[in-house]
Formats: sequence, structure tokens, C-alpha cells
Amino acid sequence: MRKFNGGKLGLFILMKGVRMVTLLVAICFISFLLVKNSPIDPIQAYIGADMLKVGPEQREKIAEYWGLDQPVMVQFLNWGSAVLAGDLGTSMIFRRPVIEVIGERFFNSLALMLSAWLLSGVVGFVMGVIAAMKKGTWIDRMIKWYCFTLASTPTFWMGLLVLMVFSVWLGWFPIGMGVPAGVLSEDVTLMDRIQHLILPVLTLSILGVANVALHTRQKLIVVMASDYVLFARARGEKGFALFWRHGLRNVALPAITLQFAAFSELFGGAVLAEQVFSYPGLGQATIEAGLRGDVPLLLGLVIFSTIFVFVGNLLADLSYRVLDPRTREVRKI
Amino acid sequence: MIPSLKININKFPLNRKQRTLFNIIISIIFLVTVILGGILLDEERIVTNLSERNSAPSLEHLFGTDWLGRDMFARTVMGLALSIGVGLIGAIGSALIALLLGIAAATMGKMADRIISWIIDLFLSVPHLVTLVLIAFTLGGGFKGIVIGLTLTHWPSLARVIRAEVMQIRSAEFVQVSQKMGKSQWWIAVHHILPHIVPQLLIGFMLLFPHVILHEAAVTFLGLGLSPHEPAIGIILSESMRYLSSGMWWLAFFPGLCLLIVVRMFDQIGENLRVLMDPTRSHD
Repeated sequence: MRKFNGGKLGLFILMKGVRMVTLLVAICFISFLLVKNSPIDPIQAYIGADMLKVGPEQREKIAEYWGLDQPVMVQFLNWGSAVLAGDLGTSMIFRRPVIEVIGERFFNSLALMLSAWLLSGVVGFVMGVIAAMKKGTWIDRMIKWYCFTLASTPTFWMGLLVLMVFSVWLGWFPIGMGVPAGVLSEDVTLMDRIQHLILPVLTLSILGVANVALHTRQKLIVVMASDYVLFARARGEKGFALFWRHGLRNVALPAITLQFAAFSELFGGAVLAEQVFSYPGLGQATIEAGLRGDVPLLLGLVIFSTIFVFVGNLLADLSYRVLDPRTREVRKI
Repeated sequence: MIPSLKININKFPLNRKQRTLFNIIISIIFLVTVILGGILLDEERIVTNLSERNSAPSLEHLFGTDWLGRDMFARTVMGLALSIGVGLIGAIGSALIALLLGIAAATMGKMADRIISWIIDLFLSVPHLVTLVLIAFTLGGGFKGIVIGLTLTHWPSLARVIRAEVMQIRSAEFVQVSQKMGKSQWWIAVHHILPHIVPQLLIGFMLLFPHVILHEAAVTFLGLGLSPHEPAIGIILSESMRYLSSGMWWLAFFPGLCLLIVVRMFDQIGENLRVLMDPTRSHD
């Protein structure tokens, strides 16, 4: 029986993988076309300030070097085959391979997103549970009000507020940058990095709790209205013990799934937070690439963020299938 | 004692429905005031006035002035009106796309359904902000870029809702009878299906609105949206970043707060409409 289950799971992942590949190819193609049709001339963007020193012949040479003089389809196939071989091209801003830039930035972003993800998940869950257990009281109303308000708060404004309060007024944290200014990269300690991480994480967490909290609250209210909870109450269970025995398992899984499925929003939030705090992560790289016309980096980031979101959705699906015994049981029939 | 059985004692003389309607009307009045204010305030209010630079909020300048002596209150109201305008166009466009594709997916057979849900997946699999950056980059930023970007990124979730709704109505008995009586697909769509999804569409549209406005402000803030000469909220906030360390908190605080209030109002109208129109949600 177990093996049968495993086979199903394998098939499920395989199907998801096939779907992912078709989506990814389509996204590559569409974004390539979009980028090719942009009014920003890649050669101009590459040359930048040296405009006066570069003559028409040199421009042609550069165009030939980048393969820009060929038809779009040929360019796409060239680029596509290079991507398949693991070569995303060279970033025009950083003058380094895109893979390297993304890899380095990804670790910065990962630290940021992971901590915000965990923190907002746990705090949001606890808030949702409290609101649902105390449904109708002032604390429930307060949490609900807080969550609804946060859902309409601009992330970057929250970032600015946090920056104003903690860096400018209180002076507890440095303003921006992933590492202190004027220090060699070898001398940057772990403490420095953590110190620069706290404010962006705080911003993302303050805003990130709303979704999980409201969702958990809704689910737990349904659970609390069920017959088995009524029975448990009749036996005299109440408060935390009641939640621990009958509520937790029923609401934990939807919350985890929701958190995984929110990877897309997490990425969007990270882009804004990184921009506000000048934190050198993927989001900031995306904005730089978009503003300065760095085509290879932009395409690489689109692909990367797609994979990131896909992994989140896959984990959400898997967590349901692997953790929830009920979905497993249904499969057997 | 079961808490959920407790009867809510009504402190107000209005019943729930009246109170909800009242809330909606208040929000609408507020929003209309903001929009009218944005239109009626002329450019003279935000001309540079170098004698009153960097002044903190006072009775004369409610939100203070910036480094060029421009009145922040006037700029904020104009920015809000602009944001609401852009949001309106984006949300209408998105809702139309969602309506068309949702109905098409539900009525045009399995193949169309598969293709459309694939397209929905396609749009959902890239983070919104990255898509917006990509589209803004392609169209070279500016008003056109941001409106098209917002229109193209916000429809998928609403399209799914509409698709599910249409599917449900399609299998209802009255539709089947209508089909047996030889009515055309088009006739059924207009007379049976459309009236049912209009409330859903309206609610969906109102709930889309806040997202569209927030994304507009975000992209403009990042420098890929409206041009720096427009008095947009995103522009105001991104400019204020340079003056943060000098302690000029009012440059960022009030415009952002106003944006938050406007967005919250729209959200509330949407939620209230939902409570009024959707019987399954009326209990919470």
C-alpha cells in the first residue's frame, strides 16, 4: 500500500513537472519577445555614459558580438539553448555572468524572505488562533481590524515608517545597505549582516501576518462550531487544552499550505522592502535591471522568480498530500 | 456556554443591513471628495515657493511643505486622485478580461477551459511585481505601460471565480430546460448567466481596486511607472526617501497614510457589498 502511494506521489510530481516546463518555456518565450520589443536599445544601455566615444562601426561590432543583428527567432533559439546549457548570459550592469549575480543575491534574499516567512507565519497563526478562540470580543475585533488595515498598507510605506522610527529617531539600526559602508567585504561579520537584516524582515513580517491570521481565524471558527468540539466542551474541556487537542491539527495544515502558496507575494514584498532598505537582494537587482535595461539579468530573474513561485506551490500541494492523512485515505479508494 | 450562541446586542438603532449601507455611503462620499479635490485643486497650489521650504505641518500647510516649498496636502490629494484614476482604468480592464475569459472557459468546451486555465496559471506563476517590471520595461514606463501592466496582471483570480460561478449556473435546471427549449448559447449567456454573475463581478471589481492602486503606487515608487513630473503618491514617497535622514518625516508619513485610508475605504466598500449581496457570507 505504501509503495502504491509513493508511485502516485511520483506521478503527481511528474505531472506537475511537465506542466511547469510548458509554463516555463512559454514564459521564457513571452518575456523574450517583450524585452526585444522594448524601446530601450540594449547597445545604448551597454555603452551608457561612453556614448560619445563609441562610433557607428563599434556599435555594429557590439551588435554582432551580442548577436543582435539576427532575426528575433534565431536570437531566441540561441538564447534558449544557452539557458538550457546553464548559461544565462552576462549581466550588463554587473559585467558578470547572470548566474553568479543571481546566486549571490539569492542568498541575501533567501535570508530575508525565509526569516520573514517564518516570523509572519508563526505570529500570524498565533494571532488567528487567539482571534478565533475569543471570537466576538474586543481582542478579536482588534486583530481583525489590524489585519484588514494591513492588507491595504503599501509595503514600501511601511518600510519607510520602520526606517524613520528605528533608524532616524531611535538610531538603533543603520540606514540601508546590506553591509556597513566603508568596510572591506572580508571584515563584515555575521552580526553586521544580521543587524542589516532586522528592519526589512520586520517590515515584511508586520505586513505578512494578515493573510495567515484571517485564514486561520476563519478555519478555526468552523472547527469550533463542529460537533466534536461541542462534545469536548460538554466534557468540560476549555481554553488552551481544547485548542491543543481538537483545534491545532485541523488549522495548522491550511496555514502551512497558505504560507507556501504565498511565495509570489513574498517575492513582491521583498522587492519593495529591498528597494527601501537598499538591501542587495534579488528584488533590488530586478529593479536595477528594469531601470537600466539589463536584458540578460531581467530575463534570468523572471525565470528564477517563476521557479521560486513554482517551488512554493509544489510544496503547498505536497504538504497537503504528505501530511494530511485524510487525503491519503481518499486516494486508496 | 457556547460563545457562538451568544446573541449580539445591538447598540445602534439601525439594523445590520442599514449599517452596512451607511458605511458604504460614507466611504463613497469620502472618495468622491478626494477625487473632486484632486480635479479642482489647480496647479498653483503646488508651485514652488522657496520662502517656505521644509516647513513642518501647521494649520496653513496641513501636511507641511517639501524642499521646494510645495504644499504637501495639495500634492497628496492630487496624487490620490491620479492613483484612483489609474486604478479605475486598470481595474475595469482587468474585470473585463476576467469576465470574458471566465465565461469562455466555462461555456466553450473542454479545450477552451484547458487553454484558459493554462493561461491563468501562466500569469499566476510569475510574481505580479516582476511581471509589472517586465511590462513597464517593454513599454518604456509611463502611463501607458503602467495601465497595461496593471490590466494584464490582476484578472486571473477573478476569472477563476467567474468560471466557477458560470459552471455552477450552467448545470442548474433552468438553464438545462432553456437549452432543451432550443434557445441559443448566446441567448442563454445573456439572459440566464450574465444576471447571476453581475454581483460577483461587481464585488470582484471592488476588491480588485485596492490591489491595483497599491501596485500602481509600488511600481511608480520603484521608478518604473508614472513620470516624476506627475504628482503621484509613488513619486512623492520615493522623493521623500532622500530626505528621511534629515528628519522630515511628514514628507512620507501623510501621503502614505492617505493612500492607506483610500485603499482601505475601497476594500471596505467591496467587503460590505459582499456581505449585502452574498447570502453565504452574511453570517460573519
